[in-house]
Amino acid sequence: MKGYDAIIIGAGHNGLTNAAYLAKAGLNVVVVEKNDYIGGAAVSRVMHEGWTYSSCSYVCSMMRQALHRDLNLTKHGLLLVPYLGTVNFGLDGQTLVSYHEEQAMNLELQRHSLHDADAMHRFQTDLGRYSQLIRKTLLRTPPDPTSFRPRDIREMLFLAKEFWALGEKEIYEYVRFFTMSAADYLESYFENDLIKAAMASSGIIGTALGVYSPGSSYILLHHVMGDVDGSIGAWGLARGGMGAISNAIAGALQEHGGEIRTNAGVQQVLVKNRKAVGVVLENGDEIYARVVVSNLDAKRTFTKIMDRDDLPPGIYEKAKNFKIRGSSGKVNIALSGLPKFTGVPDNRYINRGGQTFNGSMETMERAYDCWKRGRWSDDPFIEAVIPSAWDPTVAPVGKHWMSTFVQYCPAKLADGPWTPEKRDQFGQTVIDKIERYSPGFKDLIVHMEVRTPHEIEQEIGLTEGNIFQGELTIDQLLFNRPFPGYAQYRMPVKNLYMCGSSTHPGGGVSATCGANAAREILMDLKRPNTVPQDDCYDE
Amino acid sequence: MNTNDPYAGERLKLSPFYPREEALNIRNAWSDWNGYKFADYYYDAEYEYFCVRNTCGTYNICPMQKYHVVGRDAEAMLNRMVTRDLSKQGLNRVSYVVWCTDQGRMIDDGTIFKLASDKFMLTCGSPCNAWLEMSAFGFDDVTITDVTDDFAALAFQGPTSCAVLKKFGLEGIETAKPFDIMRFPFKGDTLMVSRTGFTGDLGYELWIKPELALELWDQLYDAGEHYGIQPFGETATNMARLEAAFIMPGMEFNEALKTIHFEHDQTPFELSLGWLVDFKKPHFSGRSALLKEKERGPKYTLTKLDIEGNKPAEGSYIYKNKRCTKEIGYITSAMWSPAVKANIALAMILTEHLGGDMWAEIYYEKELRQYSKVAKCTVKKKPFWMPARARATPPLDY
Repeated sequence: MKGYDAIIIGAGHNGLTNAAYLAKAGLNVVVVEKNDYIGGAAVSRVMHEGWTYSSCSYVCSMMRQALHRDLNLTKHGLLLVPYLGTVNFGLDGQTLVSYHEEQAMNLELQRHSLHDADAMHRFQTDLGRYSQLIRKTLLRTPPDPTSFRPRDIREMLFLAKEFWALGEKEIYEYVRFFTMSAADYLESYFENDLIKAAMASSGIIGTALGVYSPGSSYILLHHVMGDVDGSIGAWGLARGGMGAISNAIAGALQEHGGEIRTNAGVQQVLVKNRKAVGVVLENGDEIYARVVVSNLDAKRTFTKIMDRDDLPPGIYEKAKNFKIRGSSGKVNIALSGLPKFTGVPDNRYINRGGQTFNGSMETMERAYDCWKRGRWSDDPFIEAVIPSAWDPTVAPVGKHWMSTFVQYCPAKLADGPWTPEKRDQFGQTVIDKIERYSPGFKDLIVHMEVRTPHEIEQEIGLTEGNIFQGELTIDQLLFNRPFPGYAQYRMPVKNLYMCGSSTHPGGGVSATCGANAAREILMDLKRPNTVPQDDCYDE
Repeated sequence: MNTNDPYAGERLKLSPFYPREEALNIRNAWSDWNGYKFADYYYDAEYEYFCVRNTCGTYNICPMQKYHVVGRDAEAMLNRMVTRDLSKQGLNRVSYVVWCTDQGRMIDDGTIFKLASDKFMLTCGSPCNAWLEMSAFGFDDVTITDVTDDFAALAFQGPTSCAVLKKFGLEGIETAKPFDIMRFPFKGDTLMVSRTGFTGDLGYELWIKPELALELWDQLYDAGEHYGIQPFGETATNMARLEAAFIMPGMEFNEALKTIHFEHDQTPFELSLGWLVDFKKPHFSGRSALLKEKERGPKYTLTKLDIEGNKPAEGSYIYKNKRCTKEIGYITSAMWSPAVKANIALAMILTEHLGGDMWAEIYYEKELRQYSKVAKCTVKKKPFWMPARARATPPLDY
């Protein structure tokens, strides 16, 4: 049987990126994917004739432009379009429009609170300072703080230098920031509840934490440190849906001679003499390679496709206890027209980007309470986007597709397993809520795809449907991700690597995990590095 | 002119599309072009740029100069003026042309529409009545008329533009090849459509008499409602044209008739437009000078650069070495390209240094402090943006 240099398990965008960079270095690589389509959670699928859904992830901000540029993803069909004008819906018909233009945003904030309109500048400046530091770490391998290897020391010094550059006051603030709740953090800036709620939503998305839970402030930062063409905090849509990103990376991979096999789920990673040597597919085929790279999450990698006996002591337990909790669902809705929302002017720029149904800080915390009790939120937080208002390729002319991201939705229900009936009830909860803000909304519905953590895990393979491949709390970040001592993409079994969002820098369609892992693998295989430096150091 | 307005002579002219543009220009972002009030952008320049690349948009080309050149000698006269051979141009076709002084220095670029065997329309950025009249000297049967204000014209560009024109009711528009001209009845008059533009993407230009301008606009915007139609201004146009590597007066070239300093204007060869100069045809303005230029090789060559990093190299010098001691050229236009995700630029490079290393010394500002960096430049052969749809006939719907 043909031997490869590398087998990458899972054709999500990070797996494809990893493979593309290995192939670019001249390695013979194959990506094996359990589904009959590629993309993992960055995928476009036709679920109803004429409509293309981004079934899972739906917007993009963390994708590193240095990788986009280097892999020539534009040539492979990728166009990222920033969208404008999200509306936050509060209680009692209140709305807060997120304008792109600074003056317009300021006037809108003044409408709610003169104090908060000013405070927003301070808030953005502080977040900008933090994100500037974090951004520089995205396309770097985290140093091991216990190691004395020159490279680790160099990287530690790099981090220390950036950290000290914040200045004494901000160093204290930054350390506090990582462990604070979004609510506490926002409390020190804002007085208006809707403004706080609008900002706090970034702190909970994808996370089984509430706005008052410690640690949620970092998640807020994680959602605003990305950029579109240098506009930090902006979000974009991939033309043709998120699958366009995966497809473009696959195009780059194939251009460099890489191979992709679909319908090729991995049964087990083959380990001989404490070294990974290949994989057994579900159909019994065995494939051998010099290195095996898992793009699956840490829990799935070590508890599902590894033999516990092949692992050093303690690893199985670490993986089992890896914090990867399902907290969100996704409802994709095909609409016969553009929905109108009460209290929002009919404006060609706003009301088309997105709609965020925040309610209040209390609404969001109550929604979390339901999750703790093993129920989906009866009044959930919903982030909706209507990509078809921007992208002519994803719905028939004049018709629309609304992506709704819904929190909270547990992976395990208190009253027994998920059933299709419960799934549909969850979907009903979502559209009932939207209907309250958009009378007549339900009449526009042509088709719905309802996805609870259960569906997401079954289809995409994300444990509990956790969108980040593991919670983004400080115990699982940087040199602790996925486990302390294994943050440099090399896993406890020799020749086994990880390249998914379970590794640094974590969740989001950024392609960084895959690229970082490729750099490490190439170093081990004594090949020249093909992964470019990030371009954010001049910021 | 309104005599009650003491500033009447100083005010900018308003194009026939102005009432609609004014309603949509909610940021009041106006500048001017050839005496017309002209939008820099309407709401957000980057958004408008993305409409050109993702959906469709309109760009007001009323201020562009338009001349009818009519008569038995019209073709001969124009052929004597421009460097390209017009005798090869088919009826209802458009060609891109440049014209030069006797010294072979470029006066302007523009397009020539062959409307009939004895009727042409010339369009260009700056007024050129005087040069046209001078060029007509010695030709008996040719009449030159400035028709700039006789047309309302809209560039309509972007991937959904063909679909919108079909929806508009222009039957068969999808059969128009690049540089074709088609005519359609519209409100008792004729709507002329050419498959031309300045964005490097799929696109058309629409020509109508000014009285019908608003009806054209309204019907086009109705047809485009679900196709992302949006007006775009100067800023977005400049971004799109740079990605397509199209030249701009005042950026890549200094019009020869407005150039004081010796050879601070350019030749077509310097602007990499040698393909527009046809020595097989008989005499034309600048022929002998250009022939010499061709044999000798141009002093500078306009070059497409992909520059490392993401800081636009606006106004940068280009050096042969990283230490920046040997200067070999200068940047004419530069930007970060959102579509291509590259730091792109056009630069005039001393031809003799074309094959070697190139470094740009880039200055940028960070919270009022100036920084500089030296970035490696890579020469690109093809335009930065050239999607297949720009040339496909029939084009897809998006």
